[in-house]
Parts: sequence; structure tokens; C-alpha cells
Amino acid sequence: MSTPVKTAPPTPAEASNRVQVTWTTRLLGRPEIGALVAAIVIFIFFLIVAPAFRTPAAFFTVLYQSSTIGIVAVGVGMLMIGGEFDLSAGVLVTSAGLLNGMLCYELGLNLWVGVIISLLFCLAVGFTNGYLVMRTGIPSFLITLGMFFVLQGANLGITKLVTGSVSSPNINQMDGFQSLNFIFAHEFKIGSVTLSITVIWWLLFVVLSAWILQRTKIGNWIFAVGGNAASARAVGVPVTRVKIGLFMTVSFLCWFTGMHYLYRFVTLQAGNGVGNEFLYIIAAVVGGTLLTGGYGNAWGVAIGAFIFGMTSLCIVYAGWDPNWFKAFLGIMLLLAVMVNLYVKRLSTMRKVG
Amino acid sequence: MIRSANKSALSRPRKGLTLAAVAAAAALALSACSGGGAPESQPQNQGGGGGGNSGYTFAMITHETPGDTFWDRIRAGAEQAAKDTGSTLKYSADPEATKQAVLIQNAIDSKVDGIATTLVTPDALIPTIQKAVQAGIPVDSFNSGIDYFQKAGALTHFASDERLAGQQAGKKAMAAGATKILCTIQQTGSVALEDRCAGVKDSFPNTENLQVNGADDSAVTSAIQAKLSQDKNINWVITLGAPQAMDTLKALEGSGSQAKVGTFDTRPDAAQAVKDGKVQWYIDQQPYLQGYMAVTQLYLFKKNGNILGGGKAVLTGPYFVDQSNIDAVLPFIEKNTR
Repeated sequence: MSTPVKTAPPTPAEASNRVQVTWTTRLLGRPEIGALVAAIVIFIFFLIVAPAFRTPAAFFTVLYQSSTIGIVAVGVGMLMIGGEFDLSAGVLVTSAGLLNGMLCYELGLNLWVGVIISLLFCLAVGFTNGYLVMRTGIPSFLITLGMFFVLQGANLGITKLVTGSVSSPNINQMDGFQSLNFIFAHEFKIGSVTLSITVIWWLLFVVLSAWILQRTKIGNWIFAVGGNAASARAVGVPVTRVKIGLFMTVSFLCWFTGMHYLYRFVTLQAGNGVGNEFLYIIAAVVGGTLLTGGYGNAWGVAIGAFIFGMTSLCIVYAGWDPNWFKAFLGIMLLLAVMVNLYVKRLSTMRKVG
Repeated sequence: MIRSANKSALSRPRKGLTLAAVAAAAALALSACSGGGAPESQPQNQGGGGGGNSGYTFAMITHETPGDTFWDRIRAGAEQAAKDTGSTLKYSADPEATKQAVLIQNAIDSKVDGIATTLVTPDALIPTIQKAVQAGIPVDSFNSGIDYFQKAGALTHFASDERLAGQQAGKKAMAAGATKILCTIQQTGSVALEDRCAGVKDSFPNTENLQVNGADDSAVTSAIQAKLSQDKNINWVITLGAPQAMDTLKALEGSGSQAKVGTFDTRPDAAQAVKDGKVQWYIDQQPYLQGYMAVTQLYLFKKNGNILGGGKAVLTGPYFVDQSNIDAVLPFIEKNTR
């Protein structure tokens, strides 16, 4: 079973191209290579201009910052390869944490119960997104935009109703907090550096996603439904199940990140998370995922999240004028995408010649 | 056809799964009660209505961004005032200037007995407010726009002076040994927030601002942590909101910095941090009081022609809360009224 899978190339572009491929072409043809080059360029650039960035501790802070975006981006990247968007991902992270925190606090439940209920809730949201998209044929952009508003309003409305304020109650005195804090928000002190457990989880999810995308039947299905859903269906790919599964993957990772926020920060502001959905998409796109679907890979998305985390913090490490923060960020991201494009163009040129 | 086949294939295993999960959750719930949660009985209604029914309807229009603890307090104060004076309060808000002006126009059109509004974007709002005044509707303003309320024709203005608060914060930090201050701004382009940091800089020139993303605690923590390791001279951090103060405490742990923290505004856990000495102080501008007084002023003007302030704004702050006076206000913070 693994042999036909292996010979099926991940991109349709290469499938139609029967030219003998050398290893350099193959390397340059990978979706993440542009992002990798961009990441290295930005990394070296900041090593030069930001002395404070030259410590291992700073590097691990960047890794942590990247992981908080990167975990959900893993799912969003897979979803985008599958040809869909999820704009509700940012606020769902907050919904997951709020639900767990308020439910357990108000009812005096063990936090583990809330964790599981919150997981079921998130999976249900992901399922609803996927089901509505597949059932109605309305673009996922609109469906999940609707879900985004619903969740944003509900986060606020329900929190206000339950707690009388706009942040969730403090849960660090409740049963189960210690163990959950360890799972979702532990910080390992290794010498002078602090390694957040989310970084480990992030790498784990990336490896899992890379394996699924490159080495399994489901991975092929994901590329197929993103490339062309109709022809994928015609050759027997269960399009509906794959896409709903992808939406549920995203919502699972939202839940995971929501748990991190809750168990690290103990209380959550109901208005948080808005805008992060774009960061996930940016990470995926910077990492070489096509906005139109059918192309991309897990490592690229991870590098995309790393570029974002690195840029946003290194502007601080470099001590640049904070008023220009967003402008610098924008220029860096444009540069990353352009390097990405340039490298990709280079690879296609060699392929032809 | 394919779709329906998929659907049934999909729903069968899921039903079983959901049932199992619900059962598991229920079983867990039965055996898993936890301490440390909500207190058994909570006093739900604090303070009853005293004013009977005065028959007045007042409109309050703010530039609230949904989900901000601070606006919650303002609204709680306004609602209590409406209850106490027996009036009806119509609250509406929009962070965008033009939409806020439309909301004020709505209030004029529905012929309310008085309007309380914020003046965050004076140029956009004053023409509409003047229309209200011409239509004979008394207007008072609060929170933002302390220099503009007279021009708008408002009776009076209830606010804290942001710049003054910043200046006092800078002085306090200096007295506590600050050599370099980091002032974090969690929202871009807000005049009030910029004013606070500018005030800090007035009284303590060696102050640097840092923009952080207030909608994401981990981003705030990492950014502050990065800044503290970039500039080791920083030994004071002044945040403009309570959530950022809590994030700063996390950043201090992460960076090993010994910097001290002071903040604007509060919420229960930040107040607890003041009590525990982790946060040196917070600056209260008493939002509840702003909301309460804005409505009460309208009531008193209708009822008795009273105007507070003698032509000047009425200051509700800055009021510093530190370890010495936190005990007096902590119960009110926990009740979400302060």
C-alpha cells in the first residue's frame, strides 16, 4: 500500500512534467524552500542588527512566540492545501478557553471535565463549518466568517452573562490545574533558556502533519480535493469527509491552543483572539501554501510561523521605533513572500531548461 | 447521491463516538467535583432601585470596544444610576467615530430626555452634539475629550486627566528608583493611551514606548520579554491596562528581569497582585463613577437644574491604589463595580 502512495507526487504540476529531475531541482521544487531561504536571510539580518537577539534565551522566546501561532497554522495550512479557509480559528481559540474556564468555575467541576467538554465543543464547531461548506456549497470564506462573528459575539455575551465581567474567572486554585498546566503550559528551564512545552507540541504536530501529507492516503486525498474537488470525487476520493475532517483538525488545534492560553494565563479576556486567524493564514502563505489550494507542505507552514514570530519579536530586539512596528512587519512579510516567489520561479526555470 | 452516501457513512460512527464521549464526560463530572470554583451563594443584585419611576429616558453613547473590562464598569455605573434615579437608560456604543455620531443622532431622533456621551473624536462628534443641544436635549460628556466639552455645549464633563495620570505615574516610578521606564501601549492610534505614555515621559524623560498586541496575551508577554532582554536598563514597566500588567509579570519570570510594574486600570487578579506586592500600584480613574455621575447629572439637571463642576470638568481620577489602600477597594473590585 505504501508503494503507490510514494510514487504519487505531491503536486499536480510535477505529475505532468516527465523531465528527469535532478536533486537540486527537486529541492527547489519543494514548497518550503522559498520560506526557508527567507527565514535564513531574515535570521542573519536580525543577528546583525539586533545584538539582544544573539542569545539562546532570545531564540527560545522567538520559538515560543512562533509556536502559539504555529500550532493552529499546522491545521490551517492543511485546510488551505485542501482548498478551504477558516476565519473562525482565531476566536475559537478564545472560545475553547473561556468555555473550559467558566464551566468548571461556575459548576465547581474538575478542570479535566471542562477540557473534554471544550474539546467536544470545538470539534462540533469544526464539523459545523465543514458540514455547512459542503452541504450548501457556499465558499468557506463566508461560512467561517459567519462562524467568526457568532463566536466573537457569543464569547463576549456569554462571558458577560456568566461572570458579570468580560474576563473568565481565575481557575488556578481548582482541581486538575497542576496536571493541565504541565501538559499545556509547562516551561522547562534548561540552563539559561526556557523551553515552553508548546514548542515541543508544535514540532510534534508539524511532524505528524508532514507525515500525513507526504506519506499517507489521506495526505493524497487532501492534495486532490484542494487541487480539483470535482475530479477528486470522480476518482473516488471522499471529498466531503476529507474536508470536514480538515475543518475539525483546525478546530482541534484551536482547542489545543485555547487550552494553552487558559492554563498559562489563568484568566482570559473575552475579546481576545480576534485577528489571529489572519496570522495563521499568513504563516501558511509565507510558508509556500497556495491560496488557491492543492499546493504546500507542513514544514513550509512551520517556517512561515517562525518567520512571523521572529520578525514580530526581533523588531523589539532591534529596538526600533515602536510606532513603525506594523510597517516593519509588513515590509518583512512582503520580503519573505517575494524571496519565496523568486526561489520558486528559479526552480520552475530550471525545470524547463 | 455520493453526498448522501458519504453522509450516512459519516454519521454512523460519530453518533457512537458522541454518545460515548457524553457518557464519559458525565461519568467524569459525577466523580470530579472541584474546589476553588465559584462561591456557593453569590449576592446577585447589589443595590436596589431607590428613585421609583422618574419617567426620564437617557441615552448613553460611548466608543466602547466590545470586551473591555473598563467599559463594563462604566456601564455598570450608568445602569445603577438609572436604577437609583428611576430612569430608563439606553446604552449604545461604536468604536468608530462616524457610527458613534449616527448613534447620537438616533438618540436625538427618539427624543430622549438627556444624552451622555464620550468625546473621543471631538471633530466628528461635536456637530451632532450641537444639534442635540439645539433640539433642547441636555448633554453631558465623560471619559474622553476633556478639552472639548465646552465647545460641544455639554453641561459638564466627568473624566480622569490621562496626561496628568501619566505624569503622576512617572513621578511615582521615579520616587521608587526608576532609571528607565518601559511604557506599553496595547492599542494603536488611541489618543487617550498615547496621552498616558506621553504624561509618563513628561515627568520621566528616560521613558520608552512599546506597542503590543492587546488581543493576544502570549504576544504581549513575548514582546515585553524581548524588550526587557534587549534593554537591560529598564527597571520599571508601566502598562496601560490590567491584562498587560499580568502579562508583564509572566515576562519578568521569563527574562529574569527585576523590573517593577505599575499599571493603569485593574481587574480582580491584578488587584490581587497589588495586594501581594507583585504589582506596585494601579491607577484608578473610577470608570464606575464616570458612568454613574454622567447619568445622575442628567437626572439632576432635568429635575432641579443642577450642574456640577462650575464650568470645569469634574475629575474622577487619577486615584492611586497600592498595598496601603488596596484592602479598602478589593471587595468592590471583586463585585465588578470598581
